[in-house]
Amino acid sequence: MAYFQDLFGDAWPLVWTLVKIVVIVMPILGAVAYLTYFERKVIGYIQVRIGPNRVGPIGLLQPIADAVKILLKEIIIPSGANKFLFVAAPVLAIAPALVAWAVVPFSPELVLSNIDASLLFILAVTSMGVYGVIVAGWASNSKYAFLGAIRSSAQIVSYEIAMGFALVGVLMVAHSLNLGQIVKGQTGSGFWSWYFVPLFPLFLVYLISGVAETNRAPFDVAEGETEIVAGFHVEYSGMTFSVFYLAEYANMILVSALCSLMFLGGWLPPFNFAPFTWIPGFLWLLLKIAFILFLFLWFRATFPRYRYDQIMRLGWKVFIPVTLVWIVVIGAWMQTPFWLW
Amino acid sequence: MIEAIVFYFFAAVLIGASFAVITVKNPVHAALFLVLAFFSASGLWLLLEAEFLAIVLVLVYVGAVMVLFLFVVMMLDINIARLREGIWAWLPFGALLAIVMVIEMWIVLGSERFGLAGTIAPEGHPAGYSNTKELGMLLYTHYVYPFEIAAVILLVAIVSAIALTMRRRKDTKSQDASAQLAARREERVRMVSMPSGRK
Repeated sequence: MAYFQDLFGDAWPLVWTLVKIVVIVMPILGAVAYLTYFERKVIGYIQVRIGPNRVGPIGLLQPIADAVKILLKEIIIPSGANKFLFVAAPVLAIAPALVAWAVVPFSPELVLSNIDASLLFILAVTSMGVYGVIVAGWASNSKYAFLGAIRSSAQIVSYEIAMGFALVGVLMVAHSLNLGQIVKGQTGSGFWSWYFVPLFPLFLVYLISGVAETNRAPFDVAEGETEIVAGFHVEYSGMTFSVFYLAEYANMILVSALCSLMFLGGWLPPFNFAPFTWIPGFLWLLLKIAFILFLFLWFRATFPRYRYDQIMRLGWKVFIPVTLVWIVVIGAWMQTPFWLW
Repeated sequence: MIEAIVFYFFAAVLIGASFAVITVKNPVHAALFLVLAFFSASGLWLLLEAEFLAIVLVLVYVGAVMVLFLFVVMMLDINIARLREGIWAWLPFGALLAIVMVIEMWIVLGSERFGLAGTIAPEGHPAGYSNTKELGMLLYTHYVYPFEIAAVILLVAIVSAIALTMRRRKDTKSQDASAQLAARREERVRMVSMPSGRK
């Protein structure tokens, strides 16, 4: 370490930060690749199939084969498309999904940038993700892509409100906007001190809005292959298409991580006695993220796609009133001696 | 030193993007440049240690308002040639307005009233300082009435916008979710026992 410090001199903090960024981003991209494999396997078994099993032992090399294949594909830019925005759209989609990890704490000390308002930062950065979809839909110069983009932007903006209100509940209880502090506020005797207990309705709203935010089934009307072919990315091919794919899965992992940090106690073990406290906190966080990701896949295999007006009804007429009522309930509850968290 | 570089970078991008908003021909590009302008402004606010306002600027304006704005601009078929028709006739009027605005801003923000001579530069805050908390404290105690009034005005604006545009068609087919959920098996299904056709 000291050797490198001498080597780079004044530029060392910059280089060290870059190294840390690579150390965070690389495993995320790897996780994205294997999440696609996991998804195909899980959905395969749910539908009584085996799933990918040809490339490597039990199909474990399938994501790598897919990546190589997609790298070699031609990128087609449709005629009449806005070339710059067409290529910039996938970048706009994936950048927020990766930037948000800058403030995600993996353990009490392990965080790239421990800022005070990290929760707000994440909200702001993830709200940028919708530009990738809109710009892609518009720049493609295609009706299907445009319809997909419009559906998706309306959906994302609506569910963002419910999501924001769910987070208001969390920060009321935690008295902090810092994700590390929010997890520390859940320390106690076991899993019943985590915030999903007092904030159960908000937890459900956040989880379901997270599925809608990431445009996953059953809320994937932006793609809606039965009526608008593949929605906003119908004109994309090769690497530009796969970057959208990466962005979707990176967003899923991000939403799962946030859900585990804010409602499921992050790196805290579910019980405070022997076999559970031996497992390091980082592993607990990974387990919780994996569990929520499994829920995402389970939803996809179980529910048929929502109709568009039903999605809007759920977002505006169910989730927003539920969150508003529960914020008032929490506010009143916190003033009584029955508040235990 | 680094702060100055960051400031000039964001300031240059902000001015460039704002200029592009009013000069580019394509309205969608103009809206995207406006997004860039908001983003650079939020960078400048971060430099001023106003992190709450900076993040909320991105969250509200970039994340929600501009999305809806783009939404509308993309769907409208804007004819640029027609928009540009009267530019020379309106130019003197516009220029006059611009000059008046510049003079007004100069009077308010001129160096003898607003500069470092008139007011002292605020001091930097210690590391644990949360300006979210400070802002909340001020808004909900000292400025609670103006805050509530502003909120009510916005609510009135929302309600009136909906009231102006809402038309209820008689022949529209919409579902009543509660009626659907209240449906019982007995109302929909009739069990008929039939003898088998083959002997």
